[in-house]
Amino acid sequence: MFKRILIANRGEIARRIIRTCKRLGIETVVVHSDADMDLPFVQEADEAVFIGLAPAYASYLNMDAVLDAAQQTGAEAIHPGYGFLSENPAFASRCTGLGIVFIGPPPAAIVAMGEKVAARNLMKSVGVPVAPGTANPVSTPDEAVAAAEEIGYPVLIKSAAGGGGIGMTIAENADKLRAGLKTAQSRAQRAFGDDSVFIERYLPNSRHIEFQVLFDSYGNGVHLYERECSVQRRYQKVIEETPAPGLGSNNELRQQMAQAALQAAATVGYQNAGTIEFIFAENGEFYFLEMNTRLQVEHPITEMTLGLDLVELQLRIASGEPLPLQQADIQPKGHAIEFRIYAEDPVSFLPQPGPLTLYQPPATSEYVRLDSGFVQGNTITPHYDPLIAKLIVWGETRAAALERSRTALTDFKIEGIKTNLPLHLRLLDNPAFVSGNYNTSLLK
Amino acid sequence: MTDVKCQISGTVWQVLVEVGQQVSEEEDLLILESMKMEIPVSAPRDGVVKEILVSPSQTVQDGQVLLRLE
Repeated sequence: MFKRILIANRGEIARRIIRTCKRLGIETVVVHSDADMDLPFVQEADEAVFIGLAPAYASYLNMDAVLDAAQQTGAEAIHPGYGFLSENPAFASRCTGLGIVFIGPPPAAIVAMGEKVAARNLMKSVGVPVAPGTANPVSTPDEAVAAAEEIGYPVLIKSAAGGGGIGMTIAENADKLRAGLKTAQSRAQRAFGDDSVFIERYLPNSRHIEFQVLFDSYGNGVHLYERECSVQRRYQKVIEETPAPGLGSNNELRQQMAQAALQAAATVGYQNAGTIEFIFAENGEFYFLEMNTRLQVEHPITEMTLGLDLVELQLRIASGEPLPLQQADIQPKGHAIEFRIYAEDPVSFLPQPGPLTLYQPPATSEYVRLDSGFVQGNTITPHYDPLIAKLIVWGETRAAALERSRTALTDFKIEGIKTNLPLHLRLLDNPAFVSGNYNTSLLK
Repeated sequence: MTDVKCQISGTVWQVLVEVGQQVSEEEDLLILESMKMEIPVSAPRDGVVKEILVSPSQTVQDGQVLLRLE
């Protein structure tokens, strides 16, 4: 096992990785920008290196600065967290080139899943279902319209170079498609440095269900069951839960999706923790959406129902240990829900940067977990994503988890900025959400 | 003269109009970025762009005047 690792991330995920490292006796180094100087993760690490100014490109996305910090502090490995450099194959390769272990999959697997059109084609070729879409990126409005006629409206214009729902545009007809193409291309360019886009059939009223997988470096892989992430706004997740209400007790379908996820990961020679995202359509069919080749924001719900520490497993796999568990050992228990607490207006969803003048999270227990990036007195800046904390609640049943969630959310007090806490409480009274019979249009 | 103010702290991503341009109510004038999100700023009324006080990648604060309409 490693003696010292560097965490190339910030906020709640940096703290969460530090916690596991402390328990395992691994020293931690963090890197940070000037905007994050006062955040708890900087204090909690064994060593902190200032690497640049607030904009992400000057700090958390600055490969040279991160790698220099790793070398100067003698870190044997780098945990990239999620976002930033976590799915950047060039970064993973440069780590390896310097003799630093990248805690994640091999660069080739990141590339294979990162090029979204090629990944779709590859998945299709090995029998993993994909939604109807183009086999190549489209560049002109005429090309896009021709493709959409074949696929059928409504369609989604998606970035070919990056996923996560960033920059997606829906078009209901040819006019909107022509108009939306340019916007989608410019968003793709800005978010991923590549303006290629492709067209996929938009499936209304569908659900988002993903499977966690874990592969060691010796070809052994297991799935860690599913997470449902259908409560979204702007294609970004707000609440996740496991087991998926959308699958209910349909274990046959659950097994089919799990096998498709394992097949998808094995096809690209995957190693470490990864997540296969599926769209589960109204017609009962599921389609591969994309693979997130990193630790997922919502991984704690899986940890709650399985009693595992995914970061520990990532570290063990990256240090060369074989998978310590077999599929039959993995038996989920109860129901877990994660509420993402965002610095945003609970109605308009507009960002709300500002100071946390009061920050009083609920009491935690073996049933209520809080992964928070901030403490009272910190300021949420406009430079990074709006995630303040994740509240994760477990219950024997979904109903019990929801009831416990109400208490925890009610006890969560934040002042100084608006947050989406009121939205979460509203959802606990929303009949569709409470029944479990909801889809990605719930918040629209 | 109408001041178009920033409702949120962030950075200017795109300026969509030019000085002298006629704009109509609710037309997007510029796009801000905050917390990885695009936030369009639209015209509060019909008018002509008199002055643009910010440029792309500039940091802006809540309440700051972004441009003036006449």
